[in-house]
Parts: sequence; C-alpha cells; structure tokens
Amino acid sequence: MAASSKKWVLGAIVFAVLVPLLQPVFPDVVSNYRLFLVSTMIIAAIAVLGLNLLTGFNGQFSLGHGAFYAVGAYTAAILMDKLNVPYWATIPAAAIVCFIVGYLFGLPALKLEGHYLALATFALALAVPQILKYKWLEGLTGGVQGIVLMKPEVPFGLPLSEDQWLYYFCLLVMIVLFWGAANMLNSRSGRAMMAIRDQYLAADTMGIDTALYKTVTFGISAAYTGIAGALSASAIAFVAPDSFGIFLSIKFLIGLVVGGIGSLLGSVLGGIFYVLVDNSAQSLTQFIRNDLGLPFDLSAYTVFGVLLIAIIYLMPMGIAGGLYMAYRKLRGARA
Amino acid sequence: MEQLLQQFASGLANGAIYACVALALVMIYVSTDHINFAQGEMAMFSTYISWQLMSWGMSFWIAFILTVIISFAMGVLIERLILRPLHNAPVLSIIVVFIGLLAIFNSMAGAFWSYLIKEFPSPFPKADFGIAGVIGPHQLGVVLVTLIVLGLLFAFFRYTPLGLAMRAAAQNPQMARLVGVRVDWMLALGWGLAASVGAVAGIMVAHIVYLEPNMMGGILLYAFASALVGGISNPAGAVAGGFIVGILENMVAYAGNQIEKATGVYIIGNGEKLTVALIIVIFVLTVKPAGLFGRVVVRRV
Amino acid sequence: MAALLEVSGLKAFYGQTQSLYDVGFEIPMGGITTLLGANGAGKTTTLRAICNMVRTDGTIRFDGKNIRGMATEEIVRQRIAHVPEGRGTFTTLTVDENLRIAAYTRKDKQAVKDELERVFVYFPRLKERIQQQAGTLSGGEQQMLAIARALMLKPRLMLLDEPSFGLAPLIVLEIFRILRRINEEEKVSILLVEQNAALALDLATHAYVLETGKVVMSGPSDVVKNDENVRKSYLGY
Repeated sequence: MAASSKKWVLGAIVFAVLVPLLQPVFPDVVSNYRLFLVSTMIIAAIAVLGLNLLTGFNGQFSLGHGAFYAVGAYTAAILMDKLNVPYWATIPAAAIVCFIVGYLFGLPALKLEGHYLALATFALALAVPQILKYKWLEGLTGGVQGIVLMKPEVPFGLPLSEDQWLYYFCLLVMIVLFWGAANMLNSRSGRAMMAIRDQYLAADTMGIDTALYKTVTFGISAAYTGIAGALSASAIAFVAPDSFGIFLSIKFLIGLVVGGIGSLLGSVLGGIFYVLVDNSAQSLTQFIRNDLGLPFDLSAYTVFGVLLIAIIYLMPMGIAGGLYMAYRKLRGARA
Repeated sequence: MEQLLQQFASGLANGAIYACVALALVMIYVSTDHINFAQGEMAMFSTYISWQLMSWGMSFWIAFILTVIISFAMGVLIERLILRPLHNAPVLSIIVVFIGLLAIFNSMAGAFWSYLIKEFPSPFPKADFGIAGVIGPHQLGVVLVTLIVLGLLFAFFRYTPLGLAMRAAAQNPQMARLVGVRVDWMLALGWGLAASVGAVAGIMVAHIVYLEPNMMGGILLYAFASALVGGISNPAGAVAGGFIVGILENMVAYAGNQIEKATGVYIIGNGEKLTVALIIVIFVLTVKPAGLFGRVVVRRV
Repeated sequence: MAALLEVSGLKAFYGQTQSLYDVGFEIPMGGITTLLGANGAGKTTTLRAICNMVRTDGTIRFDGKNIRGMATEEIVRQRIAHVPEGRGTFTTLTVDENLRIAAYTRKDKQAVKDELERVFVYFPRLKERIQQQAGTLSGGEQQMLAIARALMLKPRLMLLDEPSFGLAPLIVLEIFRILRRINEEEKVSILLVEQNAALALDLATHAYVLETGKVVMSGPSDVVKNDENVRKSYLGY
C-alpha cells in the first residue's frame, strides 16, 4: 500500500471512531438509528468483501453467498440461544464453521467453471430457506419461526448506548478483517490466488496447487461472509429462514458489482450502497405515490436490477473503479 | 397403490411444467452458451400478463394465446436491446445482467400487481371421468397442453426452413452466416420462443402454485435439474429430464411418507423438494455433467 | 474480360495484429483463380476478409459494387459462396438439411427440389447418404457436401479454402474434376486457396502468390508455373 493511501485509511478509521462521540453535540445527526444503520452497512461491507475475495480476486462465481451468510447467522444464533455463548465468541465460531462449509462446497465447485458454478450456487441460494426449515434441525433452528436473541450488552460499564457499542464492535471486526484481507492479497498466496483468476492454465503449470488455493479461497470467502452473518444475527437479534433467500445473494452481487469487482475499497462502497438503497426504497415509493401520484410501488430490487445492467454497460469496473478512472483522467488533464 | 398412482400422475403434471421451462433454458443455452437465470421470472411476468388480460374480460384461451405472443415479443426485445450489445462481454457480465433482469421482473410484478397471492383459474372442466381420483382434470390438461406445445415446437424445428436455420445458427453460427442465415435474428427468435414456452409453463402452473411474484423460484430450480439431467445442450433430453425429475420428486416425497408411516421417522417429505433439486443439480454437474442423454463436449483450452 | 471481383488496398486485422498489407487482385468472370503461398502468408485471411469475417480496410468490389463492411450473411446473399477450411458442415444435421439450409430463404419448394437434383448430378454419392448425419460422413464426403451446399446458394463466385486438406489423393482428384465441371457447366467463377500448388495451378487460369500478407507475383497460371522462384518454393522441383 502506498504511504498516501495508508494515511487516508488511518484518517478514515479515526473519523469512524470519533463519530459516535459526537452524539451529545449533534443528537439529531448522529442518532442511534443512524449508528445502527451504519452498523448494518459495515456488516454488508464484510459480506461483500467475502464474495469479492472469491469472485474478484480468485475468479470463481457465486450467486449463493447468502447461504454462507445464513450459516454464519445460524451458527451464532444457535450458540447464543442454546449454549449461552457470548455474542463476541460466536464470531470466530461462525468463521470456523463457514470456512469448513465453504471449503466443502469448494470441492465440487472445482469441477465447475463460469456458468456452471453460477448455476450450482444459484441453486444453493434458492434452496437455503427450505434447508433451514428441515424438520430434524427444527430443535436447533426453530423452524419457520426462527430464533429470537438478545442485543449485545455494553461491556465493562462503558458509558455507551447499545447501538453505539454495536457500532464499535462491528467497526473493530471490519478493520481486522479488511486488514487481514489486504495482507493476504499482498502475500505470495494472494498473488497465487490472482494468478489463478487471470491465467488458470499458466498458474497450474507454474506449480501453483490450483485446487488447494481455490478450495481454501472458497473457505475463506465463506468465512468472511459468515462472520457478517453472525454479526447480523447479533445486530438484528433475530434469525428466520425466509430472510436468507435468493434476494440476499442478489444484494451481495449488487454490492460486488457496484463497488467494483476485485477492489477492497469497493467492497465497503458496495455494502454501504445496497443498505442505503434498501432503506430508502420505502421513502422513494412514498414520494412516487404521494408526490407524483403514480400508483406504483418502487422496490429496491427494481433499482438494483436496473443498476446491475446499467453498470455492466457504463462502468464495468464498478463505482470504485469508475471514480479511480475519473480521478486519473482529471489528474491527466491537469498535468 | 392408488396413492402411488396419484403421486405418479401429479409427477407427470409437474414434469410437464419442468419440461417446458427446461426446454426454454436449453434453447437459449444451445444458441448462446448462456444460462438464463431470469427465465423463471420472465415466465412469472407473462403469467401476470395473462391474468391481467383475463381480468379485463378476455376468455382464458384468448388471453393464453395473446400472452404467448406478447411473451415472444418480450423475449425478442430483451435479446436485441439488452443482450445483443454484450455478445462479446465476459461471462460474469452476462450473469450479472441476467440477475438484474430477474430482480427487475420480480419487483415490477410486485409493483404492478402487488405481492399478494392471487388465485388463477383452470381452463379445464371440473368433470369427473374414468380415471378420476388418480389424475385430476387440471393435471391431465396441463400434460396435454404442454405435450401439444412441445409437439408444435418439435415440428417447427424439424420441418420448417426457419426452424432448420435456427438449428444451424445454434450449432455453428459462423458457418450459418456463410450460408446466408441472419444469425443475430435467429438468436432473437430463439429468445422469443423460449419466453413463449416459459409463458405456457407459467400459465399452466399458476392454478397449482397460485399467482405471486416468487412463484417460479422453485420451478426454475427444478427446471435446472431437469435440463442438467437431460444434458444441458440437448432439447429432447431436457423434455425427458423434466418428466423424469417431476416423477422422481413425487416418488421421493411418497417414499419419505411411507417410511414415516412405517417407522415413524421423518426423513424427507414435501418440505424438502428444493433440497432434492439442489442435490440433483450438484450431483449431475459434478458427476455426470453431460446428463443422461448428452454427449460429452471436449473443451478446447 | 470484365472482373467479377476486384480487391485493392485490402488490409486485415485479428485484434491488434495486422495480417494483410495492401493486397490487391482481380478475379475474371467465369475463370478459376488461385492464391498460392506458404503457411501464414494470408491466403485464408484473404478469403475471410472477402466475407467480412475479420476486420478489414480497403475496397472489395463484387460486380462493381463495394461489399466491404457488409455483414457476412448479406455478402453471401450477393451470391458469393465460401467453403471454409476444415469443411465446416453442420455435423449434427443430415445431409439433406445441410443442403436445404442454403436454400432456406427461397419460397418455391419445387425449385429447391430441382436444385437438389441438379447438385446430386455432380455428387451422386451424397444422394445415397441423404438422411445420414453429416458428422458420420467420411472426410471426402464432407468436403463434397460443403461444396454441394455452396452450390445450392446458386453462387456466381465460389471461394474454396484448401479443399484437398487431409484427403486421399484419389478423392482430391475427383473433387478437382468436379470443380472444373462446376466452373464450366454452372458458369461459377472460383477463387481457390490451396497448399497443393501443382494441383491448383493445373486447375486455375490465373494465379497470385502471397507472401507475409502481400501479393508478390501474379499472372496466368502457365507463366507462374514456370517461374523459377515459384517452382522452387511451392512446386518443389
């Protein structure tokens, strides 16, 4: 990482840490609800990063990452609900479980490329809610009803609200995970991962154990998204099968595509973006109905769908890539 | 015994639906090498169109035929306007566009017609007849209608010059151009036909699963399983695969039911239908990617 | 004699790589012209360029009309038939379908039937195999099918890319005899690309020699045949 961008990242982190402390100063701007919203954006960013590690940096497609998110969420929920495990300890547990599940799914995925891997993962995404409702698991998963949880409590008697604490906790997890991802991508293994994406045959003949790298990447990717799932279980304090359908995976895909395939910063932007659209769709609909007088419900997915197609046409490198290109053009024009 | 026959009959009816959607998928796959993830939602949208036409007072069959025609135009337009400009784009871009279409159709259906479940009429008389109790009139009707549609399609591809040109364009586009076939239009027509066949499946199944924007999700998964079982590049195989998977699905549920009755242990039932389809998809993809009837295609590297 | 096809200043590109530089030649009405050259000289590319199957620049006039840049299928509809290298039959279609596909735009069914019969005069072997899948034919039969299909387009010009490729010498002779008959009886002009220079020069009236994307020599076949360089490089004596 260049020194200048290191400075930027540091600055952003300091800013993110300070923001909740401004609550007494600007109570309306930094409301608890806003902080909670930002927490869900952080969670989304981690989930999108997980998908990006697989698709963006290793070239394997997944339309079913919602499945790993679900595994993470349910692992956390069951541990908290049945074994009284504290919420923070569910994060590594979800990571391990999802790594194993992802690794195992990565084995048959080795045989599949492009469309076929997309097809297999799409099928997985479609089937997830039903798998979660499976009768034998009902004792654990609570079946259709799901599991109701407690929100994380503020530890050590810190003078923070629940939402403030949740925000800090999510932020900490995110920083650790992004730091880990950046280091991994900068290492020998990271270069091998990307070599497999760019030149599969060459990587294979160069002596990179492509099968191992691909399955392990699948595992790591699933672990990242699973951690996001575990965080979301804590944050929302509720899990139920029908929130993990195909449309969850589509949200990750929109985060990936909007932010930029193969971009760490883009994963953050993508996560922020999809939560933002998801949350503003309702007010947009009200605007359309009340102010424009059109009998039309605007769903977030109409926006997502149109954007997915538009970005492929206009900005194939995503927002992060598009901004970077625009920045370079501006710089070039000035120089 | 009668219960088994009933399950078999309902497997046939489901299979007919899967066969149609699978055929639609295969038709697009053989000519463009793309898997249309939006096929199910396109069919769902078509079904809403027919519902709308009927609620404006049209009779079922008039609405049916009009919907098939509208769907054809819709398919052609999507190919020409959205996919044609991307025909050299990387696979991931195409997949993203399909997912975008899926999201658009799903949310637009919700926006226009709401997410509330609607009843959808059956055009077949409720009369009792000889084999009543085993196969209901709607199921029988579904099988008949889909068989007629599949037969018409088969005749079109087998016996008409345009059908021949479409097959040629799918098999070897460059060579087809060299005999004067307008390949781009053939692909668009293929999209139109696929959308029409999907519409037939949607209209036929809506009476069974009820009309709502997510009605085709499970059916699409089963159609994938069917197409894969038959060999993803084999249209006749896809149809056979549809019936095989439809019957298999019901037999698995039946077997699970019998086991539960005999031993009291629940293993599998109607609640695991999608899981069964997922297992079929992954099993065929990894173990027998050419399907039961397909040829193994040697990939050039 | 008026030229049926005039090519001048033709350049062709595969992506960023240029593979033809300023190629020019003429094909006289009713004649047989051959393009000679080593592997990679640009013979196949020239044929592909005429049908707009690669990116091109320059002019290609067919019957006085510039056809460069037209879509491949529209060029074919000007009655230019291209028999590509490696035969290019539709392997999963039957012989009958392979032939009919070339006539699919024509409405008159009787005319198509007559056309088929006329084609079978040149290729009686194909008539025996009419319901067989093209992929099951022998190499020679597939080559005949490709030429027969080209003939179904009622072409004024036929472009042939290595019709002898991978075939037994006796079959090659048979095919070349048929080509001569087609040229004479059907008044089809032919542009032939061929590795087997001796054979090509026997059949052709005119010859052009290509080297690394440029025409380096041209003239009546007899003259080219006796050129010392051509003899050494392509005829091997």
